[in-house]
Amino acid sequence: MSAVQVPPSWRHVGRHALFPEAGHDDVARFDFLANLNTLIASEVLPALRQAYEQRTKPAFVRTHGRPPGDRHEAHEALRGERLWQIFGALRRASMEMRQQTGRTLVLRQLPQLLAKARALNEGAPTLRLDPSIEQPRYASAVDIHCMPGGYHGELVPEDVSAGANYDCGLFATTAGMLGRYSDGGGRALAAWLRAEHPDFRPRRILDLGCTVGHNVVPLAQAFPDAEVVAVDTAAPVLRYGHARARSLGVRNLCFVQANAECLPFPDAHFELVTSAMFWHETSARALPRILAEVHRLLAPGGLTLHLEQPQYTPEMDPFEQAMRDWDAHYNNEPFWSAMHELDPRRMLVEAGFRPADCFEFPLRAEVDREVFPEAGTGQEDYGRTPLWTVFGAWKRD
Amino acid sequence: MPTDPLLAGAAPAKGKRPWFLSDPDVERVLNVALALAMELAVTRQRLDALERLLERRALLPRAAIEGFSPTREEERERQLMLRELQLRILRILIQDAERERSPAEPIERIMRELAGEDEAPAAR
Repeated sequence: MSAVQVPPSWRHVGRHALFPEAGHDDVARFDFLANLNTLIASEVLPALRQAYEQRTKPAFVRTHGRPPGDRHEAHEALRGERLWQIFGALRRASMEMRQQTGRTLVLRQLPQLLAKARALNEGAPTLRLDPSIEQPRYASAVDIHCMPGGYHGELVPEDVSAGANYDCGLFATTAGMLGRYSDGGGRALAAWLRAEHPDFRPRRILDLGCTVGHNVVPLAQAFPDAEVVAVDTAAPVLRYGHARARSLGVRNLCFVQANAECLPFPDAHFELVTSAMFWHETSARALPRILAEVHRLLAPGGLTLHLEQPQYTPEMDPFEQAMRDWDAHYNNEPFWSAMHELDPRRMLVEAGFRPADCFEFPLRAEVDREVFPEAGTGQEDYGRTPLWTVFGAWKRD
Repeated sequence: MPTDPLLAGAAPAKGKRPWFLSDPDVERVLNVALALAMELAVTRQRLDALERLLERRALLPRAAIEGFSPTREEERERQLMLRELQLRILRILIQDAERERSPAEPIERIMRELAGEDEAPAAR
């Protein structure tokens, strides 16, 4: 067998009743993109790092008498670097091609998808939409991830296309590293709870900014007796997420259109409140309000867990910070940069949690053996296993 | 329904597009080349599948492909395939045209706003 490692084909993506049907050419396009992303990461990125060390940083030192001190200085210095430009041009093109591939696949079968969604959603008390919910500025100022229309755009009444496009492209963008159902984050949270707190049995669970619910489904499955609620402001992803969860056989999960800054639930209603990759898609004004809501909604003895990328710390190399900041500037994630320099522990304390009850720990996605048959055989991974930080707190009283 | 799913699929994302190369036109051409490469890869994968299946089943001599002559309806379908190919390949230029109609704010301004450094503009 060749030693060259390639991403798994998109044909291994996890399917459910609402998942768009893909033909040979759609699969080939996603496979092209996953390979392109892998190639950029394995060939261009190391060369860019080398160029930074050998050219960009020395040039900065000559001008300033010191190396770049933070990600902003490193970013500014890198902009003139040829390999940075090539890296950016390829990565941005890849993101846009991924959107076109997914949207074209979805939109050409939209009538069928709408009919399937309607059949699964109609009259279900577990899907509660509220047309009076407005999209917050942080969700509508730009199209997040360069997804035309964002999570909320509707091309037709009762649209689900935003959810379908998001769901089908994640596997290609992440080269399968989040698992067949792109649920590696939620599965890792459920596994951590099972291992670390086997006696913790929440009766009510709330997930914030759920989009298509891919990370909350594993929690609903891990706690089948719990009543699980997932909220988002965008109706298309909620319709899609609800139908997706139903078709996966999940019955204890309710999708509610609501703004996490101001939630329609009574005080102390939940024992577990989670979010995955949600904080960086909000704003400096919204996040404290969201955390205050988390504190209000948690019952005594309750737990909150939030999955995010690692924070920027003074110990993190400015080059790495600048690379991690790429998505903020160039992939329409405008709060990513500011969010990753906040102090989550202080924010949790300001929301009402006791300092001693706040914690954080790194969490790694479990690699899906079905997708990566060779994983776990001494081979760490492809150098790209998603490694997150969990920010959490217990509410004692 | 969108009247033209292919065109809707090729829509640009809201937000100003960054250019990385010193000459944006060169980057446009790079995008065209990448899209062409993707479609070439698709075609090669498809041909490969076809050839392997034909070979596996010993169904069709290669001469039948060389001598293929489409009907009028088939001809129309093949023309529509070419249109789809062009919309994919020329996506970057078509998005330029679309953005011309709806200009966007710079991401740095929105980053400052969402970080709490600027006041939000009036509700949209």
